[in-house]
Amino acid sequence: MTMSTTRSAAMTRPMAAIAPVPAATQLSGPRLPRLLAGLGRAARLEDHERQYGPLPAHGPSSGRCGSRSRGRPDRLIDVVEAAGLTGRGGAGFPTGRKMRSVAAGSGRKAVVANGAEGEPASRKDRLLLTVLPHLVLDGITLAAQAVGADEAHLCVHGAEGALLGRLAYALAEREAAGLDPVPIQITGTPGRYVSSEQSAIVQYLNGGPGKPTFSPRRPHERGVHGKPTLVHNVETLAHLALIARHGAGWFRGAGLPSATGSMLVTVSGAVTRPAVYEIEMGTTVGEVIMLAGGPTEPLQGLLAGGYFGAWLPAEAAWPVPMTHASLKAAGGALGAGIVVALPATACPIAETARVVRYLAEESAGQCGPCRLGLPALADAVAGLAFSGGRERSIEDTAALIPLVQGRGACRHPDGVAQLVRSLLTAYPADAHRHEWQGACSGVRHPPLLPLPADAERDWDWE
Amino acid sequence: MTVTLRVNPIACAGHGMCAELLPEVIELDRWGYPILTSATIPRSLLDHARRAARACPTLALLIEEKAGKHR
Repeated sequence: MTMSTTRSAAMTRPMAAIAPVPAATQLSGPRLPRLLAGLGRAARLEDHERQYGPLPAHGPSSGRCGSRSRGRPDRLIDVVEAAGLTGRGGAGFPTGRKMRSVAAGSGRKAVVANGAEGEPASRKDRLLLTVLPHLVLDGITLAAQAVGADEAHLCVHGAEGALLGRLAYALAEREAAGLDPVPIQITGTPGRYVSSEQSAIVQYLNGGPGKPTFSPRRPHERGVHGKPTLVHNVETLAHLALIARHGAGWFRGAGLPSATGSMLVTVSGAVTRPAVYEIEMGTTVGEVIMLAGGPTEPLQGLLAGGYFGAWLPAEAAWPVPMTHASLKAAGGALGAGIVVALPATACPIAETARVVRYLAEESAGQCGPCRLGLPALADAVAGLAFSGGRERSIEDTAALIPLVQGRGACRHPDGVAQLVRSLLTAYPADAHRHEWQGACSGVRHPPLLPLPADAERDWDWE
Repeated sequence: MTVTLRVNPIACAGHGMCAELLPEVIELDRWGYPILTSATIPRSLLDHARRAARACPTLALLIEEKAGKHR
């Protein structure tokens, strides 16, 4: 099952890892770029304001009745709801609804911008924070005012020293301009995959090690310092900053009626120009691949949604619109907008085996079924990938999926289960061939899915 | 009234007492951790469920009683 390239055959070998900050470009449709309009020229506050306009004082004024809406910062929540913005961190929950439930809580609130981006195949949050920090910081301030917060936090991976420095500089620029009435604290979080999960971030900000927690109270009820806490992905907040400037109608002018606006996607693997792109919601998977310069060689499939996402055969994925609903219906996932193109010469089972091993090692180890089940699943997939010819290895792999699914305090084991299930669904013939004839030639292909080097990983929680 | 069972997977250490005391709805997986075969339990099992929850050495079995529409 291959998809032939429409570009002339390419010169570059698929990249094994994405460059730290890829040269991002964007779809030059009539309505885009939006977020990335200031790419490369709006890192400084002065340039940011020239590019996007100043930070609206109290949410957007709504034309004629603008003067009456001033002084009601929570009016922004109505606008965000009308815009149809959904979370861009992976879950796709309606942003306005989340803001409303936090705003309705009692006492002062907290806002957390999650830029920790634990997913190795995603680069969009890092890009946004590096080149357009003020868009995110505007969003934090607007969200903090809208929900009635008295503290705000921006969390990024603590090992990213250069990024932390840039952000500190951006905050200093804003302090001089008096832009953020609610103080914003920048925090470097642990580099573990599970530490970017929202309950883990909240636990870290409360002085814990940064592991997911089990609590009947969700962060929106009781989060940072016990306050109702709004946790949003940094891209979500950047969209919010533009919605506050231009309104709901403008936002809905891109994307589909059911999935509005634009989103950032990270495209990698066997494409000519692996990078972060801004697309309209509902752009098809095939268009996204072509936007990245097209395949460098015939493709057999795509990983949609990242390491908690799903494999899709290339032909089936090509016409699917990039929305949560459409990709889910096709057996995939939108996640945080990750698309990795798998060339026909690589082996999806070997690729999955390496990622499942990594994810097993990244477990916080708090829940028995995750601590014991993920290594067992990693062994099973590795057995199928590399030492095939064993009877029952598909059956053994499949039997482990329900033993980890839904059995942790967080969604870590669920994400791994989905990835492995999709492998068996998308590539039954490959799996069968591995089981009966042993490993295919694709297992010798250089690893395609990016994984952090061992030396760069946090192995301890202390 | 609806009685719902939940396991706190972080607290659970796989002692397996719950499966001994409430085999009707709790099985153990291959590592000894509980699998709930049904999230809600009939009233007739409520006493057994409470006993299982009390017997858990790490207090990881949670019983949530919610008033139903008709009671």
